[in-house]
Amino acid sequence: MSSAITTGFIPQAKPRPPRAPGENYLNVAFGVRSWLFTTDHKRIAILYLVTVTILFFIGGAAATVIRLNLMTPTGDLVPADTYNKLFSAHGIIMVWFFLVPVVPTVLGNFLVPMMIGARDLAFPKINLLSWYVFTIGAIITLWALLAGGVDTGWTFYTPFSSKYARTNVLPTMIGIFISGFSSIMTGLNFVATMHTMRAPGLIWWRMPLFLWAHYAASVILILATPVLAMALILVGVERAWGIGIFDPELGGDPVLFQHLFWFYSHPVVYIMLLPAMGIVSEIVTCFSRKHIFGYVFIVWSSIGIAVLGFLVWAHHMFVAGQSVYSAMIFSALSYMVAVPSAVKVFNWTATLYKGSIAFETPMLFALGFIALFTMGGLTGLFLAALGVDMHVHDTYFIIAHFHFIMVGGAVMGYMAGLHYWWPKMTGRMYSDFLSKLAALIVFVGFILTFLPQFVLGYLGMPRRYHVYPPEFQVLNVMSSAGASILAVGYVLPLFYLFWSLYAGKPSGPNPWGATGLEWQTPSPPPTHNFDETPIVTTGPYEYSMEESAGVH
Amino acid sequence: MSTNESVGAASRAAPAGPARHAGPTILAHHFASLEQQRETATFGMWMFLATEVLIFGAVFTCYAVYRLRYAADFEAASARLNILIGSINTIVLLSSSLTMALSVHATRVGRRQMLLTCLLLTILLGGMFLGFKVVEYYKDYVENLVPGLAFDPSEWTKVEGTEGPVHPQRVQLMLVFYYIMTGLHAAHMIVGMGLLIWLVVEARKGLLTPVRYMPVEVIGLYWHFVDIVWIFLLPLLYLTGTHHVTDLHF
Repeated sequence: MSSAITTGFIPQAKPRPPRAPGENYLNVAFGVRSWLFTTDHKRIAILYLVTVTILFFIGGAAATVIRLNLMTPTGDLVPADTYNKLFSAHGIIMVWFFLVPVVPTVLGNFLVPMMIGARDLAFPKINLLSWYVFTIGAIITLWALLAGGVDTGWTFYTPFSSKYARTNVLPTMIGIFISGFSSIMTGLNFVATMHTMRAPGLIWWRMPLFLWAHYAASVILILATPVLAMALILVGVERAWGIGIFDPELGGDPVLFQHLFWFYSHPVVYIMLLPAMGIVSEIVTCFSRKHIFGYVFIVWSSIGIAVLGFLVWAHHMFVAGQSVYSAMIFSALSYMVAVPSAVKVFNWTATLYKGSIAFETPMLFALGFIALFTMGGLTGLFLAALGVDMHVHDTYFIIAHFHFIMVGGAVMGYMAGLHYWWPKMTGRMYSDFLSKLAALIVFVGFILTFLPQFVLGYLGMPRRYHVYPPEFQVLNVMSSAGASILAVGYVLPLFYLFWSLYAGKPSGPNPWGATGLEWQTPSPPPTHNFDETPIVTTGPYEYSMEESAGVH
Repeated sequence: MSTNESVGAASRAAPAGPARHAGPTILAHHFASLEQQRETATFGMWMFLATEVLIFGAVFTCYAVYRLRYAADFEAASARLNILIGSINTIVLLSSSLTMALSVHATRVGRRQMLLTCLLLTILLGGMFLGFKVVEYYKDYVENLVPGLAFDPSEWTKVEGTEGPVHPQRVQLMLVFYYIMTGLHAAHMIVGMGLLIWLVVEARKGLLTPVRYMPVEVIGLYWHFVDIVWIFLLPLLYLTGTHHVTDLHF
């Protein structure tokens, strides 16, 4: 494939109309139509940014009420039914409408073409379509959650979602089903773009790690999402026709649903995490002013995570009645995923070693990612152990573990990336002090929220319960207090990032002195990204060369 | 690739100003050459087909689980499906793959009349398939083979499987998978028919040429994929049970 590209790629193929000085993708056209009918990947990234940010705060609001309710052991704030609907809404919105799309559709959309020196993604119209599909899916789901809600949890386990469903299960599933196609479109677009549209000289082994991470995540998006779609179709058929596809009384098998569900939903964690890891790889090397340590290892660890991530799904069903032998195999495979994950952490650490570290805001978030992800990953090993999992299955230990991965990992990584590329996206710098404060608040708030939950889970507090024994109150109040701090940390960036649009200092094309093609264009970039198609002659992280040449 | 080189060169030399020729207008703004554009289109379709393999793969897996668990019941249900229509449809669909492949060839060598003929034949064969499918579904309905709509459990309790009488609920399970799998396949056929009609419109306008043959090739890939799915559906659903010569009727 790549040999054909190098022969066929003619950079000066089509002359572009000259660009007026100062014209960029933001000021090239105005009005609602120029946004809703755009096929510019950068504008679509902004559309996604607005959409997922709104969804994040809706999902966060549900979490706030959950934590408030858990301040007291008797659950005084909301009734049990409402509580069930709240944690379901929180999970559904955060997983499918924030964590899965956020990094690929916002930062990936913006940066994938720029990092490979292309003018747009391979299929710009499909890219816009994906936003529409996503938004329609999100609206249907939100409507279903607000008009009645769902009480199955985000996992939709049968028979909660089939035989005993009393709530808006079907509309919610339809919304998720629809939004799944937007995931597929995004993944397909990224893979095709990286295969066929790299700038001259940008061989695979010169691609930035952000792109490799997105490549691996996109493969998962393409291959895992359809399985979830089919699982949802089958539940829908069971509901509509009354056939027991997953109902043991009628000959079906409820565990089969769990197999299908986790075949998607375990790899989906890596869809969230891999792009965030790509962000951290970029940032750690930039603010250490050093070439990344072990580039090839990080590339292969991304691929390894994507491949192994498909082979571990049944570790969610250790207590669901599967055979001991398959449980043992899935346990061993789950341990194996820790290897490529650890490779990345070691490589980041080695990159920091003897680097000229600058503690800018993106770096603070990235270091927070490394710390929290390491804790989340290591506690994942506890859960991969069959014996320990028997004890902590469905407890707050699980909750704490996956929040360390998804929030401490994926969201921290996203925040790091957003702060890193914000000057590129908007051409403005945000408040240095407030952003560093936010990084600190998020880190402290996060630890205070979720560290006590490890203890709670180990002591035996089950997840998804409305009430709990009084002796757990101290730890729950600690967790709720942490959540309120965390909320401040998430709301604060909303203000200073908005403020930067009006009052921020112009950032210039490359405020961090970073390498990479995206920094070679003005900020914000012109619609066509590059006035001249760049020709790549070196690897992505030649920081030592840049330093010696005095280029910033 | 060597034939494409000259085409790429032609588009390169053409001016991008107001005087537009067929060459540069079909090159989208973000591609550097026609060859790159073609490669991207084919690659995108292959990626999409990977997604399709997984969506059909998921339902095939579920079918396989129950097929192994309830072998006798699934065989009994399969024996009641209309093997004659299933077989005719297989022939019809494979023939449509031939005409589809010929359409791609016709476009690449620039024979517009042959292209139109082949496309219309493909649409005709696809339509025949769907027509037969509708007839078959109706026959299934008449023969009480539609769970939830027309199904008589007592009819099945008399049927002897290899391990005693079959369970009507398990038969229903098999039939539901039959409708999900053939229904999903038929939905793909309908989408394919729509794409083929679009191709006919494009071909009549003279927009499908040896330079711009990609739409035919990409839609052809999709069409062949849908055919291949049927190749798997036929043995899984129809050939699982034992049919006799007397079963060969509409």
